[in-house]
Amino acid sequence: MEEKIKLSPDSFEALPKAEELDNEKIAAPSLTFVQDAWRRLKMNKGAFISLWIIVLMIVVAFGSSFFIDHASLVKSAPNYANLPAKIPGVPINGFNGKLKVSGEWVDEYKQNNIPSGKYFVLGTDYLGRSLAERIIYGTKVSLIVALVATFFDLTIGVAYGIISGWKGGRVDNVMQRIIEIISSVPSLVIVVLMLLVLKPGMTSIIAAIAISSWTTMARMIRAETLQLKSQEYVLAARSLGESAPKIAWKHLVPNLSSIIIIQTMYTIPTAIFFEAFLSFIGIGISAPETSLGVLLNDGQKNFQFLPYQMWYPAIVLCVLMIAFNLLGDGLRDAFDPKTRR
Amino acid sequence: MRKYLLKRVFYMLLTLFLVATITFFLMKLMPGTPYSNQEKMTPQQIKIMNEQYGLNKPVWLQYLIYLGGMLHGDLGTSFQYSNQPVSYLISSRIGASAQLGLQAMIFGVLVGIIIGSFAAINRNTWIDTLCTVLSIIGKSVPNFVLAVLLQFYIALKLGWFPIADWGGFSYTVLPTIALGVGPLAETARFIRTGMVDVLSSDYIELARAKGLTKFGIVYHHALRNSLIPLVTLIGPYTVALMTGSMVIENIFSIPGIGEQFVKSITTNDYPTIMGVTMLFSAGLVVVILLTDIVYGIIDPRIRLSGNGD
Amino acid sequence: MAERILDVKNLEINFHTYAGDVKAIRDVSFHLDKGETLAIVGESGSGKSVTTKSLMGLLANNAEVVGGSIMYHDQDILKKSEKEMQNIRGKDIAMIFQDPMTSLDPTMKIGQQIAEPLMKHKKMEKKKAWAQALDILKLVGIVDPEKRINEYPHQFSGGMRQRIVIAIALVCYPEILIADEPTTALDVTIQAQILDLMKELQSKIETSIIFITHDLGVVAGMADRVAVMYAGKIVEYGTVDEIFYNPQHPYTWGLLNSMPTLSSTLLEAIPGTPPDLLDPPKGDAFAARSAYAMKIDVEKEPPFFKVSDTHYAATWLLHPDAPKVTPPTEIVRRQKLFAKMSANKSVKA
Repeated sequence: MEEKIKLSPDSFEALPKAEELDNEKIAAPSLTFVQDAWRRLKMNKGAFISLWIIVLMIVVAFGSSFFIDHASLVKSAPNYANLPAKIPGVPINGFNGKLKVSGEWVDEYKQNNIPSGKYFVLGTDYLGRSLAERIIYGTKVSLIVALVATFFDLTIGVAYGIISGWKGGRVDNVMQRIIEIISSVPSLVIVVLMLLVLKPGMTSIIAAIAISSWTTMARMIRAETLQLKSQEYVLAARSLGESAPKIAWKHLVPNLSSIIIIQTMYTIPTAIFFEAFLSFIGIGISAPETSLGVLLNDGQKNFQFLPYQMWYPAIVLCVLMIAFNLLGDGLRDAFDPKTRR
Repeated sequence: MRKYLLKRVFYMLLTLFLVATITFFLMKLMPGTPYSNQEKMTPQQIKIMNEQYGLNKPVWLQYLIYLGGMLHGDLGTSFQYSNQPVSYLISSRIGASAQLGLQAMIFGVLVGIIIGSFAAINRNTWIDTLCTVLSIIGKSVPNFVLAVLLQFYIALKLGWFPIADWGGFSYTVLPTIALGVGPLAETARFIRTGMVDVLSSDYIELARAKGLTKFGIVYHHALRNSLIPLVTLIGPYTVALMTGSMVIENIFSIPGIGEQFVKSITTNDYPTIMGVTMLFSAGLVVVILLTDIVYGIIDPRIRLSGNGD
Repeated sequence: MAERILDVKNLEINFHTYAGDVKAIRDVSFHLDKGETLAIVGESGSGKSVTTKSLMGLLANNAEVVGGSIMYHDQDILKKSEKEMQNIRGKDIAMIFQDPMTSLDPTMKIGQQIAEPLMKHKKMEKKKAWAQALDILKLVGIVDPEKRINEYPHQFSGGMRQRIVIAIALVCYPEILIADEPTTALDVTIQAQILDLMKELQSKIETSIIFITHDLGVVAGMADRVAVMYAGKIVEYGTVDEIFYNPQHPYTWGLLNSMPTLSSTLLEAIPGTPPDLLDPPKGDAFAARSAYAMKIDVEKEPPFFKVSDTHYAATWLLHPDAPKVTPPTEIVRRQKLFAKMSANKSVKA
């Protein structure tokens, strides 16, 4: 049957050599590692939305510093106490100044003779302070704690891990024993001890986090450094006589970056939880200062009658935690080449 | 194996010794006297109290006395409850805490395994998404928030379980759930990731090539391989449960160690604080050692080499 | 003529990726007769593994069979449900994987891993299945099988593990055995042992083998027939002598030329890389790397030209109007040998 194919004679002319290179062309767009990770992160809707929620929370929490002054935050105004949320123009029960009292919606603003122009978008607490302002301030506290934990993770954790892994031998052994001892004590116990020695408050929470938060990071970095150490390009750099800090900075840190980013994303929610937890059981930040944990503790006392006082800070805290956890997961999937498809 | 165990036990004791030492001296640095909440005490009374508790002796002697006492189970005397030995305080409360912790661990791990493997098997379907969403929420909602919500809506409003206190099994249900949700979410995520990994491995492909059913593959090959590493999480779970007990026991008024710990902190009862700190540390160190040994037993790859180091 | 047990016709498989559909298998047809060994040869990414996975119904989730049929006796494997495939896999068609280090379950005793197919397909009790597992362990040459049957995979060396993988594949005496690069991950000395074992077992168990490899050297001693794959297509197929001594496609020339022989002093690599199958070239996929490319090669796909009853090649060089080209010297040498061989044969006949 092949004889039937009639072709023009010039079909059999030899091809010019130049076309040889053509097949090196690749149709799929080539992506760098970071571009590829970014593409996958963007495809992960949950993580991407979380990223924006976190950015928004950071902007609002830190931007509010210009508008919310500390004095008004701690000053009580008993005549405004326990007012529910009221947003002008929103006729939904619960957001219009009405509160459900023994089964009926009662306009608390009218009952307490609040001037008609006065309203609180998320209501007030038992001392008449704006809940919205306190929540925003509390979020700021949570974010600061997160920032501090990240800082110690990135400095102590990474450096400790790299040194331990790189030096190996006796140094590594001793450093690992130290980590083992630190992590043999539940980190909350460490925090409690710190809180007892220092005074309860932001400083001691930060000190406690400084002691206990970085061990996981250090362990992971050490394990990875041990592997990287024997890689050819690191060996090459060593045999070329590059100094250890230079190798660490030029070769190790870039290769550790995905682990560092992912682990940081897991440290943050843990730290936020820590602060809220301590303040909730009354040994962290305490009234009249505020944080999400303090607000939850206050709200819990009146939960039966004024549920919004606990619900609002609880929702903010949960959203914050969910956002960081989702972003952490998204980054892990984006950076982990194993899940590439 | 024997040598390895001895080494581990030695490090364990060293760790506990260091923890005891550090805790002891931290306590000495503490501001506030233990009597600050007992108002209007005369200097005379304080002096008597100091003598009674041995606080007038030099610090190094107090330290040696403390260490010596610890060797035969004497953890000192509580400041808060006059004349009650700390060891008695702990032993009378450990039952409730242990039961709650164990129940929460079993609940969390079992349900977590089921949810996690379910998600992995149905990867990239709505079941997977649902399981992932649930475990993210479980991981993100702080257990004390959950505890308050459960207590209010399930116990108070619906009246299904007692609101607080400690009694029969029904009293344990809500605290167990609140405490166990953390490990549950973590287990579900861990099992899901592990099993997705295992399911894409060569030996699962070989199992498929043998003609095994989906269930057979999961049950005989995937589950076992993804469960083994779960043992390493028992240590961290123990920490989470100890931590959680502090707040959960408080919310549900359960007479356990955690609740006592918080009380001791707020009343500067430092013999009790030290006692509980030692208990928690010892518990954790023992759990870590046990899980390492168990890991070596159930993973054939480690079993042969004789140590898990 | 031997009974034809497997007939693949016009198979087309796509992989869905974020960048588009990768056309991994493009119109592939081949067949397998009872008792013979067919080698499918090609470089990595040519689609040989995908082809065999489709025979087992083990394609990845993002793969889609776009067209064609795979007839096993008189049933189309592509039309079978997963449940029906489970009854074929491991019993009628079995597979040996490339990497013995990762293809055994690390937490299960090897005895159980071998017994599993028997318990599933032959509904044997555990005891009986283990007894049979012991027999097959002896057959694949495991020393001290009574003791080793209770051991775990990590206690075996790579070569031993591959023997166990073979034992698992053969324990149900399958009609077709697919060996996907079974020796690639092994040391050269072990490779020979495993190949010998496979040949020996083939005669004992009377199975047909589809042997996937990128190594022509392995093919020579193993196969009856050879199919050469390039860029998702079969470009040439024939008996082992025809492919080795009378190759027609420039790609086959390139493969043979890059294989060490006793007489060759210089190995020649094939320049360039295979084309991207996201957007396969229009004409002959190999044209861009071929020194013999013609204008028609980039315009029109070559059909199969018949060389002999058993030998076909898809290259425009075989078109009657095509200019006669001189293959590389090594190929010319081989073709001379082939002419001598066939002359001898006809004399004898």
